[in-house]
Amino acid sequence: MASRAEQIARIRAETTEARLAGVALPAGGAWLATARREAMGRVQALGLPTRRDEYWKYTDPSTLTAPAPQPAAIFDTGGKPPLFHEIDRVRLVFVDGRFDAEASDDPRLAGVEIERLAEAGRADIHWAKELYGTLEARGQKPVARTLAALNTALAEDGVLIRVTARAEKPVSLVYLHRSETSDAMLHHCVKIEPGAELTLLESGAAAARLNTVLEVDVAAGARFHHVRMQGRDHERRAATHIFARVGEGALFKSFTATLNGRLTRNDCVIELAGRDGVAHVAGAAVGDGDFHQDDTVFVTHAAPACESRQVFKKVLRSGAVGVFQGKILVKQPAQLTDGYQISQSLLLDEDSQFLVKPELEIYADDVKCSHGSTSGAIDPAQLFYLRARGVGREEAQALLVLAFLGEALDEIEDARLADDIRSRLEAWLTRHR
Amino acid sequence: MLEIKNLHVKLEEEDKAILKGVTLTVEPGKVHAIMGPNGSGKSTLSYVLSGREGYEVTDGTATLDGHDLLDMEPEERAALGLFLAFQYPVEIPGVGNMTFLRTAVNAQRRARGEEEMSSGAFLKLVREKARALQIDADMLKRPVNTGFSGGEKKRNEILQMAMLEPKMCILDETDSGLDVDAMKLVADGVNALRSEGRGFLVITHYQRLLDHIRPDVVHIMADGRIVKTGGPELALQVETEGYADIVAGEPA
Repeated sequence: MASRAEQIARIRAETTEARLAGVALPAGGAWLATARREAMGRVQALGLPTRRDEYWKYTDPSTLTAPAPQPAAIFDTGGKPPLFHEIDRVRLVFVDGRFDAEASDDPRLAGVEIERLAEAGRADIHWAKELYGTLEARGQKPVARTLAALNTALAEDGVLIRVTARAEKPVSLVYLHRSETSDAMLHHCVKIEPGAELTLLESGAAAARLNTVLEVDVAAGARFHHVRMQGRDHERRAATHIFARVGEGALFKSFTATLNGRLTRNDCVIELAGRDGVAHVAGAAVGDGDFHQDDTVFVTHAAPACESRQVFKKVLRSGAVGVFQGKILVKQPAQLTDGYQISQSLLLDEDSQFLVKPELEIYADDVKCSHGSTSGAIDPAQLFYLRARGVGREEAQALLVLAFLGEALDEIEDARLADDIRSRLEAWLTRHR
Repeated sequence: MLEIKNLHVKLEEEDKAILKGVTLTVEPGKVHAIMGPNGSGKSTLSYVLSGREGYEVTDGTATLDGHDLLDMEPEERAALGLFLAFQYPVEIPGVGNMTFLRTAVNAQRRARGEEEMSSGAFLKLVREKARALQIDADMLKRPVNTGFSGGEKKRNEILQMAMLEPKMCILDETDSGLDVDAMKLVADGVNALRSEGRGFLVITHYQRLLDHIRPDVVHIMADGRIVKTGGPELALQVETEGYADIVAGEPA
């Protein structure tokens, strides 16, 4: 009889083979072709994830690794304005994973170079050659993230952004879902040169199935802010990946709100590579019914005196499932590390589940690291106090839920962006009373 | 105004009677005090009137201006003009005090079919009321009662009362945990709200609060019943004689 390890290897090989059957690397692009070939090598060597993998124990990857996507109905927004519509920004629109130049704004922005991956890939020499697939490849150890390697190999579209100054307005990636069977892969690279600063927004339903990779290199003294909204597509199946390298004295901040969606897996891999770097990653998720949302975060402190924060809050009801797997790895040189991790869920009924795996691995001796995780219900004393002041049960409950999410929302520095996200969460809570 | 008749209440979860036939009427403009030993049912009365879960009314009625309180949700009672100043004000991290006040004021206005207060008018009013209670801008910004001292929490209760302008105010052990100066500040806040149309029910264990908030009527409660009713002098009698003699002197 085959051993368990052999069984897993066989399932992995079958899954990988089925996914790659008849799939060819996209044509064109000198440096890009090389990067894609190397990534395909990683896919074949690592194999796609299965339910038996340690980091897929709580989330079944089969619909993400299947050869074809499950169809997903297109959400009717009822003519409501899109998120961030009052924010002055450079909109780059992707329809079912394809860049739509006509629907997008003029991409010229002082101190910011914006190019489409498909076009930049044709150049002989390009800055993105050093970044595309590089952070993703580094991020495969010690935990394989093969869906990201698959993306590096097969993604045909995405945006390459190089920032040399303080961008005067955010770059906003706007996703639109028009086809019920679209299977989108987007690969974005962002390079923030020393002292420069950018805010990147992501919003909108992207496709029936989505696989994204965002590689971000934040150089010394540079600042990167990322605010993302996943919502308005109830049948979404998505695997997203962020790979970031944070340089000396640099700042990296990423916030994601997740509303609805059948399956959302958000991987975030951050390396604090230079002294005094700061990395904050936060998430606020609200879901009910057949909602499954998974945040898997891996922060590596490789340099001394860096600060990292992970703040994840999930509100779950009617059988929804929330997963948090968060790790802080402190390497031996990373003395004076300040690491913090909190993951909390608010369960609005007894049917919902919060599955958590916090991990600390520390090799330096002079560090401050803390983590905590809680799961609870609305506090009846708080609810009664609000009601005794005249606030109706539903409004009081919404107020308490927003208060619970507050610590994650506080990670958004720009108050206008935070207000937009908060009002969207409020609207969700109003609809799901 | 507030009319309680033969109110019987037991705990929902266990078969334990707490109130055993309370009858009490508070007229507009009057301050009634309820005094009594621990465990006599004073706080239960305040919770049942404001609608906290966990109690079952087995007999009797409670009305405010003729409206049946016991049949209403807590928020409906509040909109009708009932206010409970909590013995232990609840901390709500993540909800700013100002947001909380404004939400409460406007929720009550909506429930009464009135227009919401504009943010300008609200700010002006809250600053004015807060000043009188020596509540600074920082306390208004902080999350509701979170990290507040005992005195700050009680002053915050009175601020809410001042903002909501209820008809009928129940103060549950508002003096507990307060030093003399803090108690005076709170009492001044309450006295400023005394008016012809407003009734007060002041629940207290000690007579000292009643030195500052002068009652018109004093009731002594023991074992779930009002056992004696009198004027302000009754409170002084408690102070000198203690509850035991007064309670023992009454038929159970």
